[in-house]
Amino acid sequence: MADSKTSIDSQSRDAETDATLRLEGIKKSYKIGKSGEVEVLHGIDLVLGRGEFVALIGPSGSGKSTLLNLIGLLDKASSGLMFLTGIATENLDDRALTKLRADAIGFVFQFHHLLPAFTAVENVMLPLLAKQGRPDDAMRKRAAELIDKVGLRALANNMANNLSGGQQQRVAIARSLIMQPALVLADEPTGNLDTKSADSVFDLMREVCDTSGTTFLIVTHDPRLAQRCDRIIELVDGLIASDKKNTQVLTKGDDSPLPVAQRAAT
Amino acid sequence: MNDLAPFEWILATRFMREGLLQTLFIIAGVALGVSVIVFMSALLTGLQSSLFSRTLDFQAQIIITAPEEIARPLYVPGKGEMSATLIQPRAQRLRSVDQWQKVRAQIEKKTGVVVVTPVVSGAGFVIRADANRAVTLTGIEPETYLHLIALKDKIVAGNAEVGSNDIVIGTELAKDMGVSINDKITMQTASGATSTLKVLGIYDFGNKAANSRSVYVALRTAQSLLNLPGGATTLEVNVADPFAAELMAQSIQAQTGLKAESWITANEDFFTALSGQSFTFLVIRLFVGLTAALGIASVLVVSVVQKSKEIGILRATGTTRQQILRLFLTQGALFGLFGSLLGSGLGWAFLAAWRGFAKNPDGTLFFAIDFDPLLFLYAAIGAVLVGTLAAVFPAQRAARLDPAVAIRG
Repeated sequence: MADSKTSIDSQSRDAETDATLRLEGIKKSYKIGKSGEVEVLHGIDLVLGRGEFVALIGPSGSGKSTLLNLIGLLDKASSGLMFLTGIATENLDDRALTKLRADAIGFVFQFHHLLPAFTAVENVMLPLLAKQGRPDDAMRKRAAELIDKVGLRALANNMANNLSGGQQQRVAIARSLIMQPALVLADEPTGNLDTKSADSVFDLMREVCDTSGTTFLIVTHDPRLAQRCDRIIELVDGLIASDKKNTQVLTKGDDSPLPVAQRAAT
Repeated sequence: MNDLAPFEWILATRFMREGLLQTLFIIAGVALGVSVIVFMSALLTGLQSSLFSRTLDFQAQIIITAPEEIARPLYVPGKGEMSATLIQPRAQRLRSVDQWQKVRAQIEKKTGVVVVTPVVSGAGFVIRADANRAVTLTGIEPETYLHLIALKDKIVAGNAEVGSNDIVIGTELAKDMGVSINDKITMQTASGATSTLKVLGIYDFGNKAANSRSVYVALRTAQSLLNLPGGATTLEVNVADPFAAELMAQSIQAQTGLKAESWITANEDFFTALSGQSFTFLVIRLFVGLTAALGIASVLVVSVVQKSKEIGILRATGTTRQQILRLFLTQGALFGLFGSLLGSGLGWAFLAAWRGFAKNPDGTLFFAIDFDPLLFLYAAIGAVLVGTLAAVFPAQRAARLDPAVAIRG
């Protein structure tokens, strides 16, 4: 792990460049059996700027989910440095990691993962409820606004398991935004949805990104959806094989490419 | 969501509602355990207090007597001498407690003493025409003795406030002698003293032997019949706490030099039986508690496995390990609480049913059972504690779950 000088330098750089996330030489190994070890990530360097809408693609087993877990502070790197909103994470204890995760990261999972015992709006409230300890009107108001934003006002009080897959994913997006995170990590958010719902969910994330400045890192296997992101990072065998700006961004459910300059105007 | 409810409470109650059938089964299991404990506790307390009252209603808690007379050899061998002596124990004659009035005053001053009464007791005969019966004659001071023994409560005819020419006898003796209230009978003792007395009251102790053997007369009458003028063969004492009687007896013995025996020493077998009964019940309680705890723990372990994805999501979205720990501890406590509430109700119903059918042929209860609200409170506290403790292992397991692994399932 890095010494304190390196950490301070990196934090200064993050402040200068407005980086939401900085990874430096991240490696991750897993133990197999008693003595064996397999390295899944071989040294990842990556910077995500504020408000970027980034696709992370790659074949199965390339290390996408591992990388997402590390960035989401659900797992720890074997070596390397990670700065989230300028905060070095390698020496944080479990409590501090949980707090940083709650404050800075929103999660959207492939299988929606809502709590079935709660209504749509209550699911949205949960991260804030965990932080505050007790519900209050301000929390309810904020959750209702987000539910409204994802177009589910009429279904706000439906139990989570009474919603369709697309609706559940919209609730999950609303939940990921309630803490106003700097970074939303979406692990194949449309992988379990039909094309129409997938487009709709993707449009929603795009809109949130454009209006709130939240950075999105989206793992997807769908090249059509990846083409709708500003930047596409390809991970192959635990290394970044390519990281390029997408100059021909596709717009809402349309397969015709649109130059970046024109996207803002639509 | 209630604004006053903490996060862990909200989650715990929602999870319990979600797995309603599972929740109902475990609450029913805990309730059954609690009801057994409540029912058996009330039954045992009722039974023991009934036994105590049956024992103590007709027995003084402490009986003080003169020290036993012992035989002493006249010749005591000197140093280097040997002597063959056969010492036979002395026959104990009827004697009075020396200066019993002074001793009585001393004992009355002791903290915790409720009543001290002198008694003169000895053997005699009741004679009427050709019939005679051997009896135990008890001379009493009614104004104090009747506070010590529940004789008044057992009077079936007349009363127990004996004067110098009165006698109170049992139903069996009255039948044998063919007497009723205000009839005269003659009392004679071994010394040859006789007295004709009026039957003032007839009692029924519910025991044939007692009803035919014991007779009560005034203290002075007994002193005269037993040739103990001004004497008292025993001083009988009751204290505020019957279970402190042994300590008080030891204190009296040390202070007066007289022999003081508590009801606890006099009824050693009775106490051994009660201790055995209490211990057996304690073991039953332990096993019932253990069964309930294992039931709660197993349900929660299953729940942790079933809800691992949800736990992973909660952890990923900012819920701390401590909150997850508290969530499952709260669930355990709630299982215990709801189980104890239902169980207390069930226990109460069992007790009400018991009162309905557990009766003597004359319609009276086998023994009285009190519905002590504290018993329900203790059961609730105990069940909540058991539930919380049972939840410790599953809660730790849930808190330790790796969120990344849990989400993947």
